[in-house]
Amino acid sequence: MKHGWNRDTRRHFMNYFMSGAALVCVIIALIPLGSILWTVIEKGGPVLNYGFITGAEVAPCNTNSQANCHIGGIGPAVEGTFVMLGMACLIAIPAGIAAGIFLAEYGRGRVSRTISFLMDVMSGVPSIVVGLFIFSALFYYDAANRLHIFSAYAGALALAVIMLPIVTRTSEEALRTVPNGIREAAWALGIPHHRAVRKIVLRSAGGSLITGALLAVARAGGETAPLLLVAGNSQFFIPCPPGQNLVSCLDNPVGALGPLIYSWGSSPYSNQIAGAWGAALFFVLIMLAISVTARLILYRRTQKMGM
Amino acid sequence: MTPGGAAPSARRSLQLFPFRNWADGLFFSLVGGVAFALLGVFCLLVLILVQGSWVTLQQFGIGFLFSTQWSPGLNPAFGAVPFIEATLVTSAIAMLLAVPVSLGIAIFLSEQSPQWLRTPLGSLVELLAAIPSVIYGFWGIAVLVPIMRYQVEPTLKVWSHGSPLFAGPASGSDVLTASVILAVMVIPTISALSRDALTAVPQSQREAALSLGATRWETTRMAVLKYARSGILGAIILGLGRAVGETMAVTMVIGNIDGTFTSLLSQGQTMASLIASEFGGADYAEYQSAILEIALILLAITIVINIGARFLIWRLVRKSGEVTA
Repeated sequence: MKHGWNRDTRRHFMNYFMSGAALVCVIIALIPLGSILWTVIEKGGPVLNYGFITGAEVAPCNTNSQANCHIGGIGPAVEGTFVMLGMACLIAIPAGIAAGIFLAEYGRGRVSRTISFLMDVMSGVPSIVVGLFIFSALFYYDAANRLHIFSAYAGALALAVIMLPIVTRTSEEALRTVPNGIREAAWALGIPHHRAVRKIVLRSAGGSLITGALLAVARAGGETAPLLLVAGNSQFFIPCPPGQNLVSCLDNPVGALGPLIYSWGSSPYSNQIAGAWGAALFFVLIMLAISVTARLILYRRTQKMGM
Repeated sequence: MTPGGAAPSARRSLQLFPFRNWADGLFFSLVGGVAFALLGVFCLLVLILVQGSWVTLQQFGIGFLFSTQWSPGLNPAFGAVPFIEATLVTSAIAMLLAVPVSLGIAIFLSEQSPQWLRTPLGSLVELLAAIPSVIYGFWGIAVLVPIMRYQVEPTLKVWSHGSPLFAGPASGSDVLTASVILAVMVIPTISALSRDALTAVPQSQREAALSLGATRWETTRMAVLKYARSGILGAIILGLGRAVGETMAVTMVIGNIDGTFTSLLSQGQTMASLIASEFGGADYAEYQSAILEIALILLAITIVINIGARFLIWRLVRKSGEVTA
């Protein structure tokens, strides 16, 4: 009997021990999250204001040894980030949803399974390799230099390649959860398949499609490595004199938040380091906002489906 | 077969052109064309990297994979060993640190946490994944490097009694710090995916174990973890894929010195950080080609890792599909 009691004590001790260990793991993971957010807010908070976000960049200087040393702004990087992300969305979201429709609505055989699988593999390709791919593609196949390697277009292409597999797979999954009864009802009314897909299936999968697109934006928006290779890391606003059309304006080097934080963060000049913290806080806020929005939509959708 | 899985016998005479009207056919070719274009992009990615690295592929052949020389200076010689080594070592240490923590989180979230805490806590951990990697790197420079340099690394040197593993001065910007930052970065990926694997375990598994008198931990270990093991393995391998390809944070803390390293406290260069820090300065064809070949090797490694992970996860989905059906 004594032996049995000992054994049970050990078992229950192990039970409590492992429960405690699991809780400790959660706390361990939250420490860096807390530390990152705290550092970024503490050091970036005093710098961040509207003038900083929209202002032009200034020359590097040291605040404590030089009079008249300002932090300046990160306007060019903010502009470049949003321009490239916007263009990447214009390419990747329609194309990804179209491919998702093909995989979910028409894909039954080996071909679509292979495409899905390769999209999964493609979403695991390191972003720096994607950047190098766009760089080399423009370098080797665009000898006439119609599209500059260091331009908003090249950066947008790299981001689009990163987004495409994510949008494709999430839209495929979203469309597959639409009950077949809806499609059958549409066919029974004599509605052509393409119309049923566009007007009914896409609409009922709407929320999940938006979530998938937002997750892709969250992933691509936070990228730095590919933009280091192709965007050009310009310190100036996109030069667009009146009379020049927008299409040719965007064929110029642009700045981006990631490369800016990378170069300013390791700079010896105090105004750039302070600026990097401000930029970091702004960058984190945007990325968290996108990610939280995506999750809220997903959460509301699952709540609705649960009811 | 008609599109959308409609009854194939309904209109046999139209099998040659299986669409009821031209708009259906157009829509099909449009979305199909886009899907195949994506396939084309993937093939192009591989092809262009092969083409770009053709110079060194021909010049060094298979020897590139086994040479430790990386000297782009006067008598250029290129070999991938130091970078492959650094990539594998940093990722392995990161996995060693991240996997137990991530599994603990997954177990807490799926087995122990009270219901009201699950969603907020799960989202909080997933928020770690939303922070851009350059921010991790910047935080690494400002917070983690000093901690490693003045606290962790001296302690490790004392504890290890001068083991060659921790030889050399504690600088903070080294292979060990890069591994720690990688661990922090892959925890959200691994814990979110393994939590999904754990929550997919049917409730009857747990009830059966509990009814036999097993404690909560014994239930978790025998009925849940064992059932979900291929999903967990898939999550770990997917996390490994992230760690291998992670660029910015590693570039900012690893010290960026090309060459084989002997101690965890020495500077190094992973494949990804090499591309980020040297491609801009690669000023002749052979040097560029060598870096592209490094990218090609990195691509090959991540493709192999991802195929493995997806295969395991797909097998899990098929298995759980059979159970619920």
